[in-house]
Amino acid sequence: MMAKIVPKKHPMPAQPAEERVKNFDEVPYGYDEDTAIAEALRCLQCKNPRCIEGCPVGINIPAFILKIAEKDYQSAADILKDKNSLPAVCGRVCPQEEQCEQVCIVGIKNEPVAIGRLERFAADWEAANSNKEVEPVPLTGPKVAVVGSGPAGLTVAGELVRKGYRVTIFEAFHQPGGVLMYGIPEFRLPKAIVQREIDYLKKLGVEIQLNVVVGRTVTIEELMTEEGYEAVFVGSGAGLPYFLNIPGENLNGVYSANEFLTRTNLMRAYMFPKWETPIHVGKRVAVVGAGNVAMDAARTALRLGAEEVHIVYRRSEKEMPARIEEIEHAREEGINFNLLTNPIEVLGDEKGWVNGLKCVKMELGEPDQSGRRRPVPIAGSEFVFPVDVVVVAIGQGPNPLIPRTTSGLETSKWGNIIADPETGRTSIPGVYAGGDVVTGAATVIKAMGAGKVAAQAIDKYLTSKNEEAN
Amino acid sequence: MFKIIEKQELAPTLKLFRVEAPMIARRAQPGQFVILRVHEQGERIPLTIADFDREQGTITLVFQEVGHSTQLLGALAVGDSIPDLLGPLGEPTEHPEGKNVVCIGGGVGVAPVYPEAKALHEQGYNVTTIIGARTAELLFFEAEMAAVSNQAFVTTDDGSKGHKGFVTDVLQKLIDEGKKPDFVIAVGPIPMMRAVAELTRKYEIKTIVSLNSMMVDGTGMCGGCRVTVGGEVKFTCVDGPAFDAHELDFDEQVRRLEMYKEMEKKVGGEC
Ligand SMILES: Cc1cc2nc3c(=O)[nH]c(=O)nc-3n(C[C@H](O)[C@H](O)[C@H](O)COP(=O)(O)OP(=O)(O)OC[C@H]3O[C@@H](n4cnc5c(N)ncnc54)[C@H](O)[C@@H]3O)c2cc1C
Ligand SMILES: Cc1cc2nc3c(=O)[nH]c(=O)nc-3n(C[C@H](O)[C@H](O)[C@H](O)COP(=O)(O)OP(=O)(O)OC[C@H]3O[C@@H](n4cnc5c(N)ncnc54)[C@H](O)[C@@H]3O)c2cc1C
Ligand code: SF4
Ligand code: FES
Repeated sequence: MMAKIVPKKHPMPAQPAEERVKNFDEVPYGYDEDTAIAEALRCLQCKNPRCIEGCPVGINIPAFILKIAEKDYQSAADILKDKNSLPAVCGRVCPQEEQCEQVCIVGIKNEPVAIGRLERFAADWEAANSNKEVEPVPLTGPKVAVVGSGPAGLTVAGELVRKGYRVTIFEAFHQPGGVLMYGIPEFRLPKAIVQREIDYLKKLGVEIQLNVVVGRTVTIEELMTEEGYEAVFVGSGAGLPYFLNIPGENLNGVYSANEFLTRTNLMRAYMFPKWETPIHVGKRVAVVGAGNVAMDAARTALRLGAEEVHIVYRRSEKEMPARIEEIEHAREEGINFNLLTNPIEVLGDEKGWVNGLKCVKMELGEPDQSGRRRPVPIAGSEFVFPVDVVVVAIGQGPNPLIPRTTSGLETSKWGNIIADPETGRTSIPGVYAGGDVVTGAATVIKAMGAGKVAAQAIDKYLTSKNEEAN
Repeated sequence: MFKIIEKQELAPTLKLFRVEAPMIARRAQPGQFVILRVHEQGERIPLTIADFDREQGTITLVFQEVGHSTQLLGALAVGDSIPDLLGPLGEPTEHPEGKNVVCIGGGVGVAPVYPEAKALHEQGYNVTTIIGARTAELLFFEAEMAAVSNQAFVTTDDGSKGHKGFVTDVLQKLIDEGKKPDFVIAVGPIPMMRAVAELTRKYEIKTIVSLNSMMVDGTGMCGGCRVTVGGEVKFTCVDGPAFDAHELDFDEQVRRLEMYKEMEKKVGGEC
C-alpha cells in the first residue's frame, strides 16, 4: 500500500469550546470511517516499526492501522485487545506524544500518525458493532486477590481470569475503576466506557468486592492465611494528595485536586442537588500545578460554573507536564495560564473563606537534579490573585495505608512499594505490586503494563508452587 | 448489601441501627467509624461504630437526623439494606498513662464514647462516665453506660434529669473532690469538647476528643478532613478521629464544618 504524504494529522472533530464549557459531555467526537481510513493511510507500515517500542504494552501498531485501512475494523480491534484490554480508554488518555507517536517515522518530517485517535476509532467501532459473545473460561485455578480496581488491578484480573484463576478484586470505593472513575472527568473519558470494560471482566468471571479497604476491613495477611488467596496483587494507586504547606491552606475553599475531582466525578456534584454531594466552586478559581490533574480540575471548575479559572505554575510553558491536547483544549476553553508564578500564601476573609492567593513571580535558573531549570523567585514581585477557590494539583504520593498495615512489605523512602520491575514481586512471597503505588503518579498504560508483567509472574509462581506441592 | 436487623428510636431524631456487617464487626475497635451511602445518588456519610458483636457479625450505629442524608437513613426499616458500608475506618483510640478515666459524651457523642468506656472497663480501668443532653428526652444509652462505669453521672441543660447544667460542672466537682482523673475522653458537639479541653488544660489532665470532620473517602485520599494538631496538618480519617484536645485548633474545625451549610439546604428540596 502506498502511503499518501499528508503532512498533518487529520483534525479531530470536537465540541465547540463555547458549547462544551457548559456541559460534561465528551469533548472530541472521534474520527468517522473516512477520516480514520485516510489517517490510517498515512502510516508507512515500516519494516522496523519504532512505534511498537514506544508503547509500554507493545501493541502491534502498524498491523492494527493496516486493518483499519482495509476496513477490517474487527481485526484491528482484535490486534489491539491482544496487548491492551482497555484500548478505548488508552486511545483517549494516553500521552501519545511522548509514547508511540513520539518515535513514529512520519513524525520526523511531518506530524506523526494519529495512533491514539485510530486506537480509539477501532475500539469504539467494536463497542458499537461487535456482537462477539464473551466466552468465560472455566475457573478452576487458585484464588488470587487484587487490591484496587484501577487500570493496574483491572489488567491483572483480566489476564489471570483468562487463565482460569479465581480472581477477586477488592475496592475501597463504592464503584470500581480507580482514577478512571473518580479522577479523569467525564468530558475526557466517559464513565460508560470504563463501566463497559468492568462489566466485561465480570462476565469473564472476575468477582469485585466493593467497600473493602484492604488494611482496615481485611489485611493482606488474612487474605492469604485465612481466606485462601494464594497470591495478592497490590494496585492501590497514588492516592495521597500533596499540599503546598503554605499558610492559609486549611481555609474553607482550598481543595486537593483529588477531593475536587472525586466530589465531581464519582459523587457527581455537577448534578447537585439531584445527586447529594455538594461542591463549592466560587466565581474565581486558581488551580496550582500544570499536569493532567491540574488541567482536569481547571476545566471541571469552568464547567461547574466558575467565571474565571487560572492555572498557576511555577515553571515555564515548556515544562508543563500535561498532555499537549489537554493544554490546547484548556486554552480554547478560556483557562488563563499564569506561568513562572508560585503561590506563597492563601489569604482569607474574617469568616475563614479564601479570598486571595498570594504569589511571587519566578525566573528560571540553573538546571536541577531533574534536568529542568530550577525556578527561583524574583524579589519584590509578590502580588495577589483575588480568588475564592484554590485547587491544589501538585501531585500525589503512594497511598500509605497498605504499607502501614502490612508487616514486612518494603517501601522506598517516599513510601512507594518496592517491586521488581520485571515481575512485580515485593518483599513478601506471593505478594505482587504495580502501577502508581510502585512508580508514583504515572500513566494509565504504564499501570496496565505493570499489571501485565505481574500477571505473568503470578501465573508462573503459582504454577511452580502447586507443581511442587503435587 | 448490609441488612438492618434491629432499629430503635432513642429519641425523636435519634436512631439506632444494628446492621449485618461481618467483615467490619470482626476488626472493629473503639474509636473507629464507617462510611455509608443510603442510595445511589447519596452522599458518603461517616458514622461512629457505637458497638460491635464479632460473634453475630453485627455493628451498631447511632445517629442524629440533622439533614437530608441522615433523615433518609432514619427512614429505613428492619429488613432494609444499606447499599454501601465501608469500614472500620480510622485509628483505634490510643490511651494515655493511668487507670482512672472519665468518659464524657454530649448529645449524640454518647454513641462514640460508649465503646471506649466499655473497652476500658473490660480492661480493668476505673471508669467514670458523664453523659449530657439538652433535655431528658434526648438522653440515651443511660443503662448501657452505667453498666460499664464505676460511677455514672447524667446532666441536662434544663435539669429535666440528673444534674442541671453541663458535663463540665460534674467534671469540675470531681476534681474539686480530689478525684482528678489520669485522662479524659470527650466526644460531643465542638463547644462541649472545647469547654472540657479548657477545663482539663488548667489541671494538666490529658484529654482526647473525637472529631467529625467533613469527609469524602475516609481513606486519606481527598485531604478534605484536614485538621491542625500541634501546628501540624493531619487527616481526621487516617490519623484520627481521636486527637489530643490541648493540641487541636478548634477554631479551624468549627469553620470547616460550616463549609456546606448553605448548600445542604438545597438537597431534597423541590429542585
Ligand atoms: C485527574 C487525573 C488525570 C489523569 N490523566 C491521565 C491521562 O490523561 N493519561 C494517563 O495516562 N494517565 C492519567 N492519569 C494518571 C493515571 O490515571 C494513573 O497513572 C493510573 O490510574 C494508575 O493506575 P493504578 O491502577 O495504579 O491506580 P488507580 O487508578 O489510582 O487505582 C487504585 C484503586 O485502588 C483503590 N484502593 C486504594 N487503596 C486501597 C485499599 N487499601 N483497599 C482497596 N482498594 C484500594 C482506590 O480506591 C482506586 O480505585 C491521571 C490521573 C489523575 C488523578
Ligand atoms: C468520624 C465521624 C464520626 C461520626 N459519627 C457520628 C455518629 O456516630 N452519629 C451521628 O449522628 N453523627 C456522626 N457524625 C456526623 C455525621 O456524619 C453527620 O451528621 C452527617 O454526615 C450529616 O449528614 P446529613 O446529610 O444528614 O446532614 P447535612 O444536611 O449534610 O448537614 C447537616 C449539618 O451537618 C454538617 N455535615 C454535613 N456532612 C457532614 C459530615 N460528613 N461530617 C460532619 N458534619 C457534616 C453540615 O455542615 C450541616 O451543618 C460523624 C462524623 C464523622 C466524621
Ligand atoms: S496504548 Fe498508548 S502508547 Fe500504546 S499505542 Fe495506544 S496510544 Fe500509543
Ligand atoms: S476523608 Fe478524604 S482524606 Fe480523610
